[in-house]
Amino acid sequence: MRNLMTLALAACVIGLAAARAAEDNQAFAKIERGRYLAVLGDCTSCHTAPGGKPFAGGAALETPFGALFGPNITPDVATGIGAWTESDLWRAMHEGIGRDGIRLYPAMPYPAYTKVTREDVSAIWAYLRTLEPVRNEVQPNQLRFPFNVRRPTTSTWDLINFKPGVFQPDPAKSDLWNRGAYLVEGLGHCGTCHTPKNITGGDRGGEALRGALLQDWYAPDLTADPRMGIESWSTEDIVRYLKTGANSFDIASGPMAEAVENSTSHMTDADLLAIATYLKDRAPRSANTAIALAHDATRMVAGKAIYEDHCAACHISSGAGVPNLFPRLAQAPLVQSTDPTSLIRVVLIGSRAVATSAAPTAPAMPSFGWNLSDTEIADVLTYVRNTWGNAASAVQPADVTTLRGRVSR
Amino acid sequence: MVASEIRLSANGIRKTPPGADGAAEGIVRSSRSNPGVCRRELLITTAMTLLFSATSARALVVKGSLPWGPSAGTPPTAVRPGPWAYFTPEEGAAVEALVDRLIPPDPETPGGKDAGCAVFIDRQLAGSYGSAEGLYMHGPFADGTPEQGDQSPLTPAARYRQALAALDKYCRATYGGKPFAQIPDDEKDKVLSALEKDQVQLEGTSGRAFFEYLLQNTREGFFADPVYGGNRDMVGWKMIGFPGARYDYRDWVERHNERYPLPPIGVAGRPE
Amino acid sequence: MMRKLPATDVVIVGLGWTGSILAHELTGAGLNVVAIERGPWRDTATDFPPAYAQDELRYRIRHDLFLRPEQLTMTFRNNASQTALPIRSWGSFMPPNGVGGGGVHWNAETWRFLPSDFELRTHLVGRYGEKFLPEDMTIQDWGITYDDLEPHYDKFEYLCGTSGKAGNIKGRIQAGGNPFEGARSREYPTPPQKQPYGPTLFAQAAQEMGYKPFPQPSGNLSQAYTNPLGVTIGPCTYCGFCEWFGCGNYSKASPQTTILPALIRRPNFEARTQCEVSKINLDRSGKRATGVTYVDTSGNEWEQPADLVLLCAFQLFNVHLLLHSGVGKPYDPRTGEGVIGRNYSYQVTSSVGAFFDDKIFNPFIASGSIGMCIDEFNGDNFDHGPHGFVGGGYMGAVQTNGRPIQTGRTPRATPRWGAEWKKAVAKSYLSSYETVTHGSCYSYRDVYLDLDPTYTDRFGRKLMRLTFDFHDNELKMSTYLTDRLAEVTQKMGPRQLEKHPRRGPYDVTVYQTTHTCGGAIMGVEPKTSALNRYLQSWEVPNLFVMGATAFPQNPGYNPTDTVGALAYWAADAIVNRYLKSPGSLVQI
Repeated sequence: MRNLMTLALAACVIGLAAARAAEDNQAFAKIERGRYLAVLGDCTSCHTAPGGKPFAGGAALETPFGALFGPNITPDVATGIGAWTESDLWRAMHEGIGRDGIRLYPAMPYPAYTKVTREDVSAIWAYLRTLEPVRNEVQPNQLRFPFNVRRPTTSTWDLINFKPGVFQPDPAKSDLWNRGAYLVEGLGHCGTCHTPKNITGGDRGGEALRGALLQDWYAPDLTADPRMGIESWSTEDIVRYLKTGANSFDIASGPMAEAVENSTSHMTDADLLAIATYLKDRAPRSANTAIALAHDATRMVAGKAIYEDHCAACHISSGAGVPNLFPRLAQAPLVQSTDPTSLIRVVLIGSRAVATSAAPTAPAMPSFGWNLSDTEIADVLTYVRNTWGNAASAVQPADVTTLRGRVSR
Repeated sequence: MVASEIRLSANGIRKTPPGADGAAEGIVRSSRSNPGVCRRELLITTAMTLLFSATSARALVVKGSLPWGPSAGTPPTAVRPGPWAYFTPEEGAAVEALVDRLIPPDPETPGGKDAGCAVFIDRQLAGSYGSAEGLYMHGPFADGTPEQGDQSPLTPAARYRQALAALDKYCRATYGGKPFAQIPDDEKDKVLSALEKDQVQLEGTSGRAFFEYLLQNTREGFFADPVYGGNRDMVGWKMIGFPGARYDYRDWVERHNERYPLPPIGVAGRPE
Repeated sequence: MMRKLPATDVVIVGLGWTGSILAHELTGAGLNVVAIERGPWRDTATDFPPAYAQDELRYRIRHDLFLRPEQLTMTFRNNASQTALPIRSWGSFMPPNGVGGGGVHWNAETWRFLPSDFELRTHLVGRYGEKFLPEDMTIQDWGITYDDLEPHYDKFEYLCGTSGKAGNIKGRIQAGGNPFEGARSREYPTPPQKQPYGPTLFAQAAQEMGYKPFPQPSGNLSQAYTNPLGVTIGPCTYCGFCEWFGCGNYSKASPQTTILPALIRRPNFEARTQCEVSKINLDRSGKRATGVTYVDTSGNEWEQPADLVLLCAFQLFNVHLLLHSGVGKPYDPRTGEGVIGRNYSYQVTSSVGAFFDDKIFNPFIASGSIGMCIDEFNGDNFDHGPHGFVGGGYMGAVQTNGRPIQTGRTPRATPRWGAEWKKAVAKSYLSSYETVTHGSCYSYRDVYLDLDPTYTDRFGRKLMRLTFDFHDNELKMSTYLTDRLAEVTQKMGPRQLEKHPRRGPYDVTVYQTTHTCGGAIMGVEPKTSALNRYLQSWEVPNLFVMGATAFPQNPGYNPTDTVGALAYWAADAIVNRYLKSPGSLVQI
């Protein structure tokens, strides 16, 4: 009898353990998926400070209205989101409303995250709950008056700029295309940087991914524009760029270097292919023509000489560059962008390219701000933008002067 | 010209952790966002922090990613025309006369004076070179063999001061009260030759050692990048056909026995 | 007041070529590695960008990239009868400083030594008899063979992307390469660099004389190359600012352009710069290193305990640390006993100047290691019997630079200043050429390193004392090589030709090469060597010493390829032998 009892108990225990193991496996799979989704969303970029504990509160995000800091999203009750429920996270991601009912600042890209499915948010939640709780008080809102005033739950900004709603697949497109669209428009929040903004900082309607200025960097056009966009890049080129940070055209630098390092280099090949497939299908700007400046124009002649003296040793006299090392300038989309801010910036103060396991070199552009004048920088960039088949507006010395004032130490 | 420390910030985006209070001042740290700070590093950081702030070059713990910062680097500061930085007017006049005999003007190329060699030497002596910065200047000082090298306790700046005074004294005594700058050119050459051959005894210093310094510094002034005040309008480089600070001759390596056509450039650009 | 830090698995002293290689291999094996570097962190765009890297005054003349003698120097004398005096400003050689070490400012000439170089005494005695060698010559076998090292040469060259043409692949002689070299397992990673006019003329002349000219193997790459670590190196642009300079466009193989970008990503690696190791610490038995003591820029002392200590500093400073730390018995030239400081050696270079009327050489179109060379007179590639000396060197037209402060070449009778000098410089700059020999320097009983009795460094440590002069064997060799070189150079058709064979006494003020060697050499027995064949200290088995410090004598080639190969060889021994059974890897 006793033995039987023991046996029964044992069977019961085994059954429970098996059930728990299955549950654990399920939980593990969900947490792991949540971890991956957090990578897709590049949460760490805003919620982890340089050198800080993961997700324990982030670095300053400089906006035109002042600084915002990514809050602590570890499960610490006092300073993190330990007191939150899954529904609180859903509301924040989907509606842009925090647990206390306060409207979030759109620095949290909820206009994109609203497209994320409930299931994915649930997985992210499961993952965040497994983080080590870190006690770290962050004062997220350090905006200047009047922007620091508590936002009402229904704000005018949101009325203009925000439509909540989970991503709806387009049945006319492939699964791959739809997966890409879900990632680009949702967690990937590519438009946060790459879509032109209206005066309030919201996305400009109908101009998705056509290139925008942000933090003195120009995030280039991601549509299939033949000159400024990525029409000449194959899907493989796009995948390689996002995976390694470099392809035969370009190397990621600036904020994109961070996006590659934290996010895209960790994406699965299938997801990268989906993103590339979707991006290749984006319609370019219409009526978008530019005629190269004449080669004998005064500024072009001056610019050519400067290019030969200072630039050709790396970028080559033909503008061909060296893959993985020196970005190609000939027929390069970023070089021909409407807005030359990124170009001016890297000539003035230099830039470090991204390092990934696949392409660890991380070459850096040196600063020429000390030995090239504003006019010389404008001339050489005008030349680069209008030779080797490139065509774009001339760069004005005044633009260089303005940016120099802002970015020089 | 000691490379100064680089301030770091990931990928050039200035990011400040919340509540940053300069606790890391003194130790410059390259960090990626992921690994966090381990105990050992913290120990070093705090310990070094207290003791580092006053020094210009600071210990750096490098981990995770390559250090980089916007406008990183230590480009040279261009010498500006203007009054002597180190020389007295008399010393300046003497050095102008000296460099103009060591490298005399000719119809094709200016001499040492117009090439800016005296200005170059003046600015060099006023800077780290003049004060023998970085050299081993501890005693005991003893005369050695020529193969053992210069054993003088004098800095280059002090050596010039002493030797120029002694040179003018020698010339005044020999040439009816005239300093070196005012004696005829052929007599200047004789004095220089005598210095070179160690046939003139300058008071308190070796005339030959001074001559060697002067000759070396004059050549430097004639051929160094114009950013340092000599080689004005790149006359030294144009004289010999050196294209200067150019960095790409790929198209020219295999063009044998041909004169390279482009004009010289300096690190700070082309001559105006 | 010294503070003790938590222990690490491995501490590396000096983050140059060998420190970077060892750090990469050992972190790859899962060990925690801390590298301590005396100088600053250095990188291409931040420290020597092509915006101002090409500054002869700053880098060549004022030594901006090098160690400051004020921080540490050594004393020098030609022989024991003199009083050594401090080297107050660098001249004959240029000790490196900072991350990358000599790998930042080397020419990148990437030569392998000859198979016979590694078994030198056995080889020479076998061919010429014991009596043929000078009585006081202390050359030795290395304890390893060329074949032992070949895979590691290969690994270092494929790390660097070396540009060249193989002369011997698996025993098959290859047209256009160096037929005298040891067999290599495969072709160079990248083809040879392009050759300017001078080397082309030299190669034609040499060919006509029956020699076999070949392009010098170069770490300045002929084309872009991505190495096995995934790091990309750019194509050389022949700018002529190579040796003494950092490369501004990522095209010279250096720790910066080949290893550091991959190494720095390893979470078990950490570098501390501006920290100078002052001592290797030993336990009470003196048979085990417990770690190192280092001093930061504020003069604070730190103790870094470690299970394994790797000396990866510049050759002279490795020996200084060993002497100062009391590792191994110091060498005594009177008795010939002791091993630390023994068999110091150098390099014997010479040149031939040629002045032409009708040629434009464009000397500024250059890289630290382009050129055409011949190897007929290196090592024991020729019969030394009739000549009464041993050793040799390669020779050739090696076009490294046309930097004008350094290069003001004029015919011998020209005054050193004045109108005539000016005219001669203007005429000769483009139309003169210099060919060179690069010869061996063997070791002798009275050439050594020890601690100086008088002069001290900033910590009060005794400076190291260098007692060195060229010996008759080397001077004879230089005269012979220079004569052979002059014959080839004469065939290039100059109006005037000048021979500059090496003459004594050795002058520490005139730049020759930075190839200082020996002082803690590798060998087959602890009586005559400080290190065993794995570069492991005989006396302190958890201490390994890298670099040219281990060369028993110096062959007629540039050392870096062998230094890199030995580092890989030692790393392999540490990972595959030492970690499995810590202790001496060679039992006597």
